[in-house]
Amino acid sequence: MKKYTYTEKKDTRSGFGAGLLEAGKKNPEVVALCADLVGSLKMDAFIKEFPERFFQIGIAEANMIGIAAGLTIGGKVPFTGTFANFSTGRVYDQIRQSVAYSDKNVKICASHAGLTLGEDGATHQILEDIGLMKMLPGMTVINTCDYNQTKAATIAIAEHHGPVYLRFGRPVIPVFTDPDQKFEIGKAWMVNEGKDVTIIATGHMVWKAIEAGEKLAELGIDAEIINIHTIKPLDEAAVLKSVKKTGCVVTCEEHNKYGGLGESVARLLSTELPTPQEFVAVNDSFGESGTPDQLMTKYGLDSVNIVEAAQKVIKRAKK
Amino acid sequence: MNQQPQLMKHTINELEDIAAQVRRDIVRMVHACQSGHPGGSLGCADFMTALYFEIMNHSTDFKMDGKGEDLFFLSNGHISPVFYSVLARSGYFEVSELATFRKLNSRLQGHPTTHEGLPGVRIASGSLGQGMSVAIGAAQAKKLNKDHSIIYSLHGDGELQEGQNWEAIMYAPFNKIDNLISTIDYNGQQIDGPTEKVLSLENLQAKFEAFGWHVINSDGNDMDAIVKALHYAKSLTGKGKPILNLMSTQMGYGVDFMMGSHKWHGVAPNDEQLAAALAQLSSTLKDY
Repeated sequence: MKKYTYTEKKDTRSGFGAGLLEAGKKNPEVVALCADLVGSLKMDAFIKEFPERFFQIGIAEANMIGIAAGLTIGGKVPFTGTFANFSTGRVYDQIRQSVAYSDKNVKICASHAGLTLGEDGATHQILEDIGLMKMLPGMTVINTCDYNQTKAATIAIAEHHGPVYLRFGRPVIPVFTDPDQKFEIGKAWMVNEGKDVTIIATGHMVWKAIEAGEKLAELGIDAEIINIHTIKPLDEAAVLKSVKKTGCVVTCEEHNKYGGLGESVARLLSTELPTPQEFVAVNDSFGESGTPDQLMTKYGLDSVNIVEAAQKVIKRAKK
Repeated sequence: MNQQPQLMKHTINELEDIAAQVRRDIVRMVHACQSGHPGGSLGCADFMTALYFEIMNHSTDFKMDGKGEDLFFLSNGHISPVFYSVLARSGYFEVSELATFRKLNSRLQGHPTTHEGLPGVRIASGSLGQGMSVAIGAAQAKKLNKDHSIIYSLHGDGELQEGQNWEAIMYAPFNKIDNLISTIDYNGQQIDGPTEKVLSLENLQAKFEAFGWHVINSDGNDMDAIVKALHYAKSLTGKGKPILNLMSTQMGYGVDFMMGSHKWHGVAPNDEQLAAALAQLSSTLKDY
């Protein structure tokens, strides 16, 4: 089993800020828009370097999505930034018509996704955004796991033509991926090979899955861990290959169990390779105020929940 | 508003003839599929004809980015028949394709879209209230590209009830979007009745001016007046403010029994009504 460690903790959104600056340097057509959350989205460095390529929209997210769509018509590559809730549900119709249906090259970048926004509570958290975005035809949906991966993904989506939803979080979490990684949209990342159970995780849950894998190893269970950073298009080959080997799967996401990664995996397996599956996800609930750690525990998103789910699904597979 | 254009591409009479033909196209298209929105389409036929045949610098060799060209955005997508007719008659695609409007496998969807690759369409519209934002984005891209072309947009008046417009209306003057000429089709009608009864727009001119726009008024069913208004609007670009053309029209203009009533907002004529409508619209181009 490959051992993962970290020397520092950083927030994924800072990876977005760093990636945006880099993407801006690589491509003069990259522009950024923000709805009054520059600090939260870590856009300051981009704005300082390219003031004329930044658009402060104010608290008007629908207008931001429309302006971004319009900017693509002149050849620009717009990155919009606000909280995940206001990036998706609030502007679903605008994204649907002016971006997805119109096939505009807009990168909808959303921070503070999931529960771990924490103390602000359910109005500012969102647990439905992956579902909302993956249901839009042509939309690429990415949820990154740490600072380095978010930075790499931000640079990669600038080079990809088409609408993208890039989801990341607020808290400071371990940085455990390679700083010079190549980010391939739609390509799963094998975190650890194993034979007893497949653990498929996305976003903040990847580190939890790594922790769970270590605990499972102590219990004599050899878990295969896959980081699915791109939920749509799903790397179906990687999922099927792993599940053929292990015969059971646990999906892990900081999202409602309805409509997220788990359902994408279940849909694939139900048609290609019916397999026992357990879902580590929020059980059809809104969040609430609390610290990120408290919330992850209360809503069943800790490594211990993954361990339990793995043990349960292995038993089901052996029946 | 007395600016006479230096050199007209067409005479007013020629433009009126084209507009009459566009109106014939509209009623035929809506009749053929027994579906669509003739009222607003007829009301905007003069404006759209003036824009595409006289005012805009555009190329029918369609490129999505439209660099170096004036661009038009239709926000009230339900008046697609007038948009399609003007695009076809300008040469973006064959006039015969108009007969496929709203039919299965057509590029001429009920509401315009880029999804079917129809030349001349740069954004989908139909769900109302989004076009002003898109037009602003396109205008800002022009500025970044140092492209001195103009962005035109058209909006229904009832459409202004959608809140996103007011986000955009606030944004454009603050950001000195002065390469944008937006037109409101001010016909006072929406599906459920007169705007005054559904949700009054009150004093639109004062509202836009309060937000920082330069507002001009025009009669949208008088070709000479429209051409003059649009030339005047062009002369106001580049002066730090977005321009609003508050254009009075009559829904259904040109077909007497459709005029002035919201009842023809989204209703197709039957065979007799089609014949009656065509009889009122002189067959000027004699090709459809």
